[in-house]
Amino acid sequence: MSDFSLWPLLGIAVVMLGFLLKFNPVLVVTVAAFATGMAVKMPILTWLESLGTAFIKTRNLPLILLLPLAVIGLLERHGLREKAQAWILNIKAATTGRLLLVYLALRESTAAAGLTSLGGHPQVVRPLLAPMAEAAFEKKHLTLPDKIKFKIRAMSAATDNIGLFFGEDIFVAFGAIILMHTFLRESGIETDPLHIALWGIPTAIAAFLIHGSRLLRFDAYLARQLKDELKQAPRQEQRHD
Amino acid sequence: MISMSLLYYVAALLFFAVAFFSAKDKRYSSALFWFSYGLIFLLGDFMPSALVGALVVLMALVAGFGGVKGGTYQTLALQQRLDSVKRLSNKLFIPALMIPLLTVFSVLILVHVKGDGWSLLDQNNATLSALGLAAFLAILAALYLTREKPQQAFKESSRLIEAIGWAFLLPQLLATLGLLFNQAGVGETVSELTSLYLNLNHPLLAVACYAIGMALFTIIMGNAFAAFPVITAGIGIPLLVLQHGGDPAIMAAIGMFCGYCGTLLTPMAANFNIVPAALLELPDKNAVIKAQAPTALVLLGVNIVLMYLLMF
Repeated sequence: MSDFSLWPLLGIAVVMLGFLLKFNPVLVVTVAAFATGMAVKMPILTWLESLGTAFIKTRNLPLILLLPLAVIGLLERHGLREKAQAWILNIKAATTGRLLLVYLALRESTAAAGLTSLGGHPQVVRPLLAPMAEAAFEKKHLTLPDKIKFKIRAMSAATDNIGLFFGEDIFVAFGAIILMHTFLRESGIETDPLHIALWGIPTAIAAFLIHGSRLLRFDAYLARQLKDELKQAPRQEQRHD
Repeated sequence: MISMSLLYYVAALLFFAVAFFSAKDKRYSSALFWFSYGLIFLLGDFMPSALVGALVVLMALVAGFGGVKGGTYQTLALQQRLDSVKRLSNKLFIPALMIPLLTVFSVLILVHVKGDGWSLLDQNNATLSALGLAAFLAILAALYLTREKPQQAFKESSRLIEAIGWAFLLPQLLATLGLLFNQAGVGETVSELTSLYLNLNHPLLAVACYAIGMALFTIIMGNAFAAFPVITAGIGIPLLVLQHGGDPAIMAAIGMFCGYCGTLLTPMAANFNIVPAALLELPDKNAVIKAQAPTALVLLGVNIVLMYLLMF
């Protein structure tokens, strides 16, 4: 029974506690890494070495966020957001919810075809999608309090994530499919990668239906939120930024 | 040609630019943070790994105690900006759309541009090197259209990097933690724990346990790929496949999606949840998670039902 130790789990406890108590996440993760090292009696130099090696190995991660920023910044300086907002105002039928629904359909179907780079937070959500979604709301209600603006932005980012996650996993050449296939083979179970990809389709459809129906109700939800907001602060509605 | 090292040097340059602007602004702790980050990208392959580890700890301490503060960058006056919009009109979209479209084009087509011992794109990291190429061409187009000097591009990327702030470090730090967890044997421990304490005779219970286990362990690790081997070895294979005779392909496909439901719910998946909140300048860093939570929870329930109906 007790021939294995629970000490390796100390880091997990630190992470959960740290996030619950709302410490700075960077600090929480560093302390968790330290606790994990100490729990398995790693000498401090070895710990620094594995930290350094792992950090070097994961240098590719920030690139996807970093590389598009200069372009987006330059265009924002010259009014890309304002232009995106003006553009969406020309489309009579556009509402925040419908716009996000169209984006969900595009993002999920292109990801399913393996085109995961057609989207993303720095390239599309910040400069184009979120400003359009905000403008669509402002067009109809003639006001956009911060609280509503932040809800629209968060939902734009969420829609990008959901479209990406549940689309890409039914693309057969996607890394996750290979990972599952390889792991099952190593455990002595043979599967067909195509099979794994195909059985992802029911969930991919369910994800679209669930999130899509939320988006269709999003306009009404925002309108209710606005009503509450105006009731609470009847004078501030004139303020415009 | 566009190798990963080249991209790392570009990243180093961008981080040094942030360090320069924040030092000029007398925000020295920020400058120290971004300078160290740049140094790791520039010299990481040549430094002793313990020194890199020490730099990471230094950065984490600076960031953790509020030393990375945002700067103020001058934007164009509203009138100038509106003039630009008027002058450029729809052309403003061109560089923005160039990034995703050229990335896809490069991944599909330019990846085949190669000869003896060289290739245009890094064959092992085609997407990233394609993104690098697309971003570079888009910068040229943007500079040409906006008639700005190249140094403005550095200022703009610094402005956005500083808007994201310490969250920039988080995805990499979490991946590092994941690798340390592996080294310390966290996966094996969880696997053993689950196989010791779970003895489920009804297939629906077993399915629910596997699905929720995938989601929970993803919430803890921040990554469904890290959770999949652990939970599948601990619960999936022994209970669902061997004991109840379920189809392993269906288990894997839907099981991974249960993990993705967890990804939508956790600050540990920083690059999907915390970084976008910072990028969109939301005051509540958990706002994206809150927007995703209803979808994720309903979908997790649907997954349990689907797995139960389809697997047996």
